[in-house]
Amino acid sequence: MELLSGADMIARFLKDEGVERIYGYPGGAALHIYDALFRQDSVQHILVRHEQAATHAADGYARASGKPGVVLVTSGPGATNAVTGIATAYMDSIPMVVLCGQVASHLIGEDAFQETDIVGVTRPVVKHSFSIRHPSEIPEVLKKAFYLAATGRPGPVVVDIPKDMTAPTERYEYVYPKKVKIRSYNPVTRGHSGQIKKAVDMMLKARRPVFYTGGGIVTGRASEALTDLVQRLGFPITTTLMGIGGYPQGDHQSLGWLGMHGSYEANMAMHHADLIVAIGARFDDRVTNNTSKFCPTAKIVHVDIDPSSISKTVRADVPIVGAAGSVIDEMISLVQDREASNAEALGEWWKSIEGWRAEREGKLYEPSKAGEALKPQEVIEAVYRATRGEAFVTTDVGQHQMFAAQYYKFAKPNRFITSGGLGTMGFGFPAAMGIKLSYPQDDVVCFTGEGSFQMMMQELSTCKQFDVGVKIVNLNNQSLGMVRQWQDLNYKSRHAHSYMESLPDFAKLIEAYGFTAIKVTTLDELAPALERAFADTNELVFLDIYVDPFEHVYPMQVPLGSMRDMLLSKTERT
Amino acid sequence: MRHIISILLENEPGALSRVVGLFSQRNFNIETLNVAPTEDPSLSRLTVTTVGDDRVIEQITKHLNKLIDVVKLVDLTEGNHIERELMLVKVKALGAARDEVKRTADIFRAQIVDVTPSVYTVQITGDAGKLDAFVQAMAPIGILEVARTGVSGIARGDKLLTL
Repeated sequence: MELLSGADMIARFLKDEGVERIYGYPGGAALHIYDALFRQDSVQHILVRHEQAATHAADGYARASGKPGVVLVTSGPGATNAVTGIATAYMDSIPMVVLCGQVASHLIGEDAFQETDIVGVTRPVVKHSFSIRHPSEIPEVLKKAFYLAATGRPGPVVVDIPKDMTAPTERYEYVYPKKVKIRSYNPVTRGHSGQIKKAVDMMLKARRPVFYTGGGIVTGRASEALTDLVQRLGFPITTTLMGIGGYPQGDHQSLGWLGMHGSYEANMAMHHADLIVAIGARFDDRVTNNTSKFCPTAKIVHVDIDPSSISKTVRADVPIVGAAGSVIDEMISLVQDREASNAEALGEWWKSIEGWRAEREGKLYEPSKAGEALKPQEVIEAVYRATRGEAFVTTDVGQHQMFAAQYYKFAKPNRFITSGGLGTMGFGFPAAMGIKLSYPQDDVVCFTGEGSFQMMMQELSTCKQFDVGVKIVNLNNQSLGMVRQWQDLNYKSRHAHSYMESLPDFAKLIEAYGFTAIKVTTLDELAPALERAFADTNELVFLDIYVDPFEHVYPMQVPLGSMRDMLLSKTERT
Repeated sequence: MRHIISILLENEPGALSRVVGLFSQRNFNIETLNVAPTEDPSLSRLTVTTVGDDRVIEQITKHLNKLIDVVKLVDLTEGNHIERELMLVKVKALGAARDEVKRTADIFRAQIVDVTPSVYTVQITGDAGKLDAFVQAMAPIGILEVARTGVSGIARGDKLLTL
């Protein structure tokens, strides 16, 4: 029998759970835990410079690896600073465990120094939360936290730990719980066989089918199975922003992603489809546009592990509650010895799709001419080539995020890492940091803008301390581009606070931290700058790339319209 | 349509706030809420009445089921059920009104459980409609205070909401 203090139990549990690295920031209520971390060397602690960055770094790691990211913060401001990152993970169903110090039990409720009710504050943005009430329950509660975070529809779990629970003087028996059971929590895995059969029958009879898949394919590790199913059937497929990489984007059956800034052919195909097979996607408003005009001729099969996602915004004709991977496997076995009865109709359908593709070919944006400002799109394409399409790509939020998703083609899942649901500016850089620490051999690129980057740029200091070699590609348009675009379209170009006056000299700023910065203003400077930036995969390089501030992201769905109602450029619309 | 949803909830601190929070967070509506422990000390039973169309009720039950602290739930209005609520009403009881309150209470099978020279406290149980009717009947006489428990309910016959 082993007797450990609560603090030592936490450190020991993390080791036994196989956690290699946690992200955090110390403070009074967490000091016993920090002392326990100091006295061990199995778990590495990454000291961030702001708790929000700790959550984004853990989140980035979780998205890249599929394993829960772990965060340790102190009570009060430490915990409240983490809230944006917790909400980010919640909206995108990312497994995360956040350990929060809390004031000692006898002080709770007395407005003690650095006290907040963090369980209350985070309640709407967590999958679940726990408060430790006795040190002896620490191993079991932590196991439950990891189990809940990573299974079913994943999500963040907060564990609130009053300081007296970790006191070094009180020791209790420690046993690592290999398994836990929660009587009210039994996430489904297999879908209903009858429903799956019904769905497959519809798929084989469909004349204009489309797969529409989301983040559930990525988190459910179902991309191989999905690729197999889609290729067997020969159907077109479009993914959500979160589902990018779930199906190889270079394949001709891929229509790219759909929705507000999705591809023309994906949105057209959705609108005209007679069957939509949605897997691990949630019919979010950035996808559907106006739900009353959404895909008027389509029947909808909706597979999701979370029953509450089904028929939430758009009614499903065939709802299937189950894990993407197992449902797809079952679909494959049913499809195996049968043929689509409508090969001819499918051929016609592909003709229409090829027609839509051809309409926009070569018209997506106008490349810059000599002497003109660079286009952000061509920068993304150049980075795509420089990294052979193999980098981990994180983004912040705004125009650069949409351009990155449009012009960097992903062949694999877990490679495009972006805050899709919450749309958190400041996410990209710390997320890249979290990934790079766990994937030191890979190129990790953060596409950002001068607006987003300034929200989390203090993490340069963390990168310096831990020698984190991420590549930061700052698409500098000297304005909050996406806000400005909306103001151009909806507010007669009244640019209320969407400009960035008094930008720092980024090169000097980066150099102050001892890193390399390269300023790029013309197309001929771009290729050499990228070559220099990617020469050493472990060197942090900041590319400050000045791009055309007047560029808009297109296509862009027309508000309140249907899927096919899009602006295609500043002068064309469908 | 009005629905009565009965929930078996882990008897844990914070569990109730998750349920209540869910309703406000997702813009669902709570008409009444009633909660107390059951014969199993680890479980509370919570009954909520809410109003919504089928789509909304489906979302409410799905989201409630998603809460880790919710062990089991049933929409009682889907089948035959018994619905009861208890109300305590303080009514002005002066002069002729004293008899009138007593007579009306008898008609409703309510009991007068506390008496002062000027006030009767009436206890009445029944479904929400009966209680509403009693409040209406008492209103002209002069209601001083109303305390209602909110609806509690149980399915008729062999149907059980247990683990």
